Amino acid sequence: MSFTPTTEYLVPKLKLETLLAILGRGVRLNGRRLDEYRPISIITDYIPNADGSALVKLGNTQVLVGIKLEVGTPYPDTPNDGNLIINAEFMPTASPIFEPGPPDENAIELARVIDRGIRESRAVDLSKLALIPGKRVWNLWVDIYVLDHDGNLIDASSMGVLAALSTTKVPKAEIKENNEVVIDKTVRTSQLSINKYVTTVTVAKIGEHLLVDPDLEEESLMDAKLIVSVTDDGLIAGLQKSGPGYFTEEELMKAISIGLNKGKELIDIIKGSVQASPQVV
Amino acid sequence: MSKGKVKLIDNGLRHDGRKLDELRTIKMEVGILKSANGSALVEYGKTKVIAAVYGPREPQMKFMALPNRATIRCRYHMASFSTHERKSPAPTRREIELSKVIREALEPVILSELYPRTSIDIFIEVINADGGTRTASITAASLALADAGIPMKDLVASVAVGKVDGYLVLDIDEIEDMYGSADMPVAMAPALGRITLLQLNGVLTSEEFIQALNLAKAGIKQIYEIQKETLKRKYLTVKVED
Repeated sequence: MSFTPTTEYLVPKLKLETLLAILGRGVRLNGRRLDEYRPISIITDYIPNADGSALVKLGNTQVLVGIKLEVGTPYPDTPNDGNLIINAEFMPTASPIFEPGPPDENAIELARVIDRGIRESRAVDLSKLALIPGKRVWNLWVDIYVLDHDGNLIDASSMGVLAALSTTKVPKAEIKENNEVVIDKTVRTSQLSINKYVTTVTVAKIGEHLLVDPDLEEESLMDAKLIVSVTDDGLIAGLQKSGPGYFTEEELMKAISIGLNKGKELIDIIKGSVQASPQVV
Repeated sequence: MSKGKVKLIDNGLRHDGRKLDELRTIKMEVGILKSANGSALVEYGKTKVIAAVYGPREPQMKFMALPNRATIRCRYHMASFSTHERKSPAPTRREIELSKVIREALEPVILSELYPRTSIDIFIEVINADGGTRTASITAASLALADAGIPMKDLVASVAVGKVDGYLVLDIDEIEDMYGSADMPVAMAPALGRITLLQLNGVLTSEEFIQALNLAKAGIKQIYEIQKETLKRKYLTVKVED
């Protein structure tokens, strides 16, 4: 069951009027331009026990992504592919309105939108994750931990997921009799194979203005947002309108073109962060 | 998914004989449930969806009441017998996400500020799934809201466009969704020109997106007309007693 949120941040209505007035002049209350992201920092290999990981800071928003590889069985319709499983948890550390418990609709939506972008663009080469074709494959568990919530969790998470995936190192797997697979995580045999880079770009609509990377205050004042998944070859790999408002056709076209432009920038930042990570040759 | 192995478009016609820009046979009926304040049955081909609306009424739980508007509650649910394999009746992650995006597709047209501290509840049951269940759900829910007499700025009509064998096609069914390379559901309040739901599962170029949106708009227009006719069929025959 989904219902109109009743625990949103209360920002005085006065602030909306101030924000709308200043947006008309091309700036935001936080001083950013409409198409400007907050400072982004991505630290890869942050969790030694994970097979791949990244800590992303997007302004005051912090998201930790951890990857774990385990042996699993393939789905009948993809017998020769590894399984990609993306899950998001909004930790109670992140916000006074987050409660411990199973993922709510916002966490589920976030994980599913990121999942679709990665799956549909075939960013990860899942065909390289078969161990015994049809019988044993790698399960690629991607867990998104939101640690601190200051808005735009999805872009921070999607950058973190790509950075963590592209620094994931596949452990040694030895195939024994009876389809048994023995894993030795002290030895890493290869990097996880990445076909292309993809990230989300979130464009918020406040009044008639479109702006990227909304912070918490802007999110609580926005009408709706459009999440655009963008690949490094300039394709749209997913879209999701989210929030109670609407977009006109013109706004939609503008938001997508903003998304495609900013996507390149974000992907360059992800690629830069990955270079520092030691590679398995 | 073994995409693209099955040929689904031959000579400009789809596997069920439809043209690329042709909707399935669409049927609608309102007032199908006696107990609900408003209800509707919508069929897109073999996809069948029932929507019921209760409210404005006292919220089930006190914390849900909002001081300045009605709370909209929405549940999208698939019956266990609606799919090929039995579906567990417990809510899946997919159903949780769809309940949210369907609610958000309807929020922009409901005049919820007229009913503070109340709840308007939308219950959607997919009874047979053959692709396009979320779009049929939105079309049905919007009819059920109108049937319940909830003041709205416009109806919301919805349809999905898919990319199949390299072609953009209107109102994809389950087979086309399974073997196609993109699925883009769109919902609109047509008289207001507002897009209230947009999702894309798949990869498109910017040009393809524009074409897909135009195709969806054309389909939505036809569905919107059927919605209005359906409401007129029920309400224009009501005799006024004096």
